[in-house]
Amino acid sequence: MSGMVEKKGKAAWLVHLGLILGILVVCFPIYLAFIASTVSSGDLVRPPMPLLPGEHFIANYKEALFSGVNTPVWNMLLNSTIMALGIAIGKIIISLLSAFAIVYFRFPLRNVFFWLIFLTLMLPVEVRIVPTYEVVANFGMLNSYSGLILPLVASATATFLFRQFYLTVPDELAEAARVDGAGPMRFFVDILLPMSRTNIAALFVILFIYGWNQYLWPLLMTTDPDMNTIVMGIKQMFPSGDDLPNWPVIMATALLAMLPPVLVVVLMQNLFIKGLVDTEK
Amino acid sequence: MATLNLIDVKKSYGKDEVIHGVNFDIHDKEFVVIVGPSGCGKSTLLRMMAGLETVTAGEIKIKDRRVNELEPMERNIAMVFQNYALYPHMSVFDNMAYSLKIAKLGKAEIKARVDNAAKLLQLSEYLKRKPRQLSGGQRQRVAMGRAIVRKPDVFLFDEPLSNLDAKLRVQMRLEIKKLQRDLGVTSVYVTHDQVEAMTLGDRLMVLNGGYVEQFGSPIDLYERPASLFVAEFIGSPSMNIIDGHAADGVVELVNGVRLPGSSEVAGAVKAGIRPEHLSLDPAGVIAIRKGVAEQLGSSTLVHGTLDGSDIAISVALPGVHREEQLDDVMCFSVMEQGLHLFSADGKRV
Ligand SMILES: Nc1ncnc2c1ncn2[C@@H]1O[C@H](COP(=O)(O)OP(=O)(O)OP(=O)(O)O)[C@@H](O)[C@H]1O
Ligand SMILES: [Mg+2]
Repeated sequence: MSGMVEKKGKAAWLVHLGLILGILVVCFPIYLAFIASTVSSGDLVRPPMPLLPGEHFIANYKEALFSGVNTPVWNMLLNSTIMALGIAIGKIIISLLSAFAIVYFRFPLRNVFFWLIFLTLMLPVEVRIVPTYEVVANFGMLNSYSGLILPLVASATATFLFRQFYLTVPDELAEAARVDGAGPMRFFVDILLPMSRTNIAALFVILFIYGWNQYLWPLLMTTDPDMNTIVMGIKQMFPSGDDLPNWPVIMATALLAMLPPVLVVVLMQNLFIKGLVDTEK
Repeated sequence: MATLNLIDVKKSYGKDEVIHGVNFDIHDKEFVVIVGPSGCGKSTLLRMMAGLETVTAGEIKIKDRRVNELEPMERNIAMVFQNYALYPHMSVFDNMAYSLKIAKLGKAEIKARVDNAAKLLQLSEYLKRKPRQLSGGQRQRVAMGRAIVRKPDVFLFDEPLSNLDAKLRVQMRLEIKKLQRDLGVTSVYVTHDQVEAMTLGDRLMVLNGGYVEQFGSPIDLYERPASLFVAEFIGSPSMNIIDGHAADGVVELVNGVRLPGSSEVAGAVKAGIRPEHLSLDPAGVIAIRKGVAEQLGSSTLVHGTLDGSDIAISVALPGVHREEQLDDVMCFSVMEQGLHLFSADGKRV
């Protein structure tokens, strides 16, 4: 690739120019949002639209974080973090274990169970939302972290992914561990788990973002503002009546909401790509 | 004193019986090799001894103790797998130490044992590496090391050398033999390579379709194969088989040539003569029409047909280097004890 760039100097410049333009187009709305979060409400609604940062950066973010519109944003960020972590970690643990059971143990109806898990792929939260609500309500888990997390924790995708990975692990490895005296759980912890760590990292990133971006479910089951998550919280910030929305604070909130997923991706990028590209065996 | 006994051991997968009652006794410190063609059940038999496969019927005893129901670990065996089965995320040291850690040995003891095995296998400088940073031969040695550190009663090898190139295979073969001698551990070794089998084993078991064809010392099997199958399987190039008819102490081959045979045999027979037991002799009765010649350097291998028939015959001619030295039709005589006779159902007679 680098060779191609070196040889065709001019073409490379053109290509880069095109790419940079593309990036600018994609980034422009985000830039606008950032600008909007640094000016005062009045400046924002008065034409022309400001294109350079204003002086209210600290004030707006402070207001968003500590008082917000309904709930302080730090509280919603905390709720979102707990929910996203809970969903990601819960999904990974459950699917690691269920894939382990399906691949390494010969129990009656093994395949039936696998296909049952697989079938749930066709039932995302939106489809089963009414019965799920009913169940969660009956358990008294409305407005609680467990209510936010548990209905989303089962994961056919992750189970399937780990199943496929385990199937590529040579049988001899399990047998060698058995000869070495390792019981099934020991084999799982000492050998399968470390071998799947890049897969786990990749999945964690995907699932964390999936959890973070949950909208419908938290919207439905949290009525207490203290339990709002950030993604739904942004929507709640729009006033219902004729009040003017406090755009700068909303924009600050939106940017804050983007931060944790971006951080997770950036920090885990190496592991993430490794997990998707190579299977270390 | 680790003996290993199999008493009428059978194995079925569902309705298919693949091992049909195998009996044998392996003595302490003995090196037994199981050979046979692909799919004859060698691995299955070995895995039953290891405890990785259930035993359908019969009994397996290690040190005179029934082990049918025991886990591999409780049988105190160690196994070396064909593809090594090293733990990819563990260093060489951890690979070898894993079983000792599970057995809850002390740190110092573990280190001493692993270092000792590493020295024995010339792995000392690689202890920190991961398996993928090793060559095939080195991985093979790590797999051996993992088996050695446990001080098992029995070593089980399932085609451990088949992933190595020819030269390394010869080298590792010698190393395994030496190691087994030095450690004095009863060993069972599965292979389909008959050179490995002949050179490694104190005794050799030929398995065919789940039946034991013959069990004895390698040279016994070579000199007195118990069946047509063993005769053709052991020895390279393999034995020539010619149809014939025996009567009054004489064997008449299909092309009418008469050879002195045993007086106890009568009726249709198959005559077996090893390529190396035919010697060039102008007065010999066996005439061979030359086909292709393979020049191996030290000797020449001639593939041809028995004159007066279209039966394929191979002859090994030591000391002959060039094909041009050979006539189109050559006469051979059979060396003493070179003629094996088998009945129509393949049994030695
Ligand atoms: N899990 C299984 N289910 C059903 N049949 C099996 C199973 N494992 C092995 N077999 C059958 O048992 C027979 C013996 O297999 P085995 O693996 O012992 O052969 P082998 O002698 O080791 O051959 P190779 O030299 O190719 O390794 C084969 O016919 C095989 O098809
Ligand atoms: Mg095999």
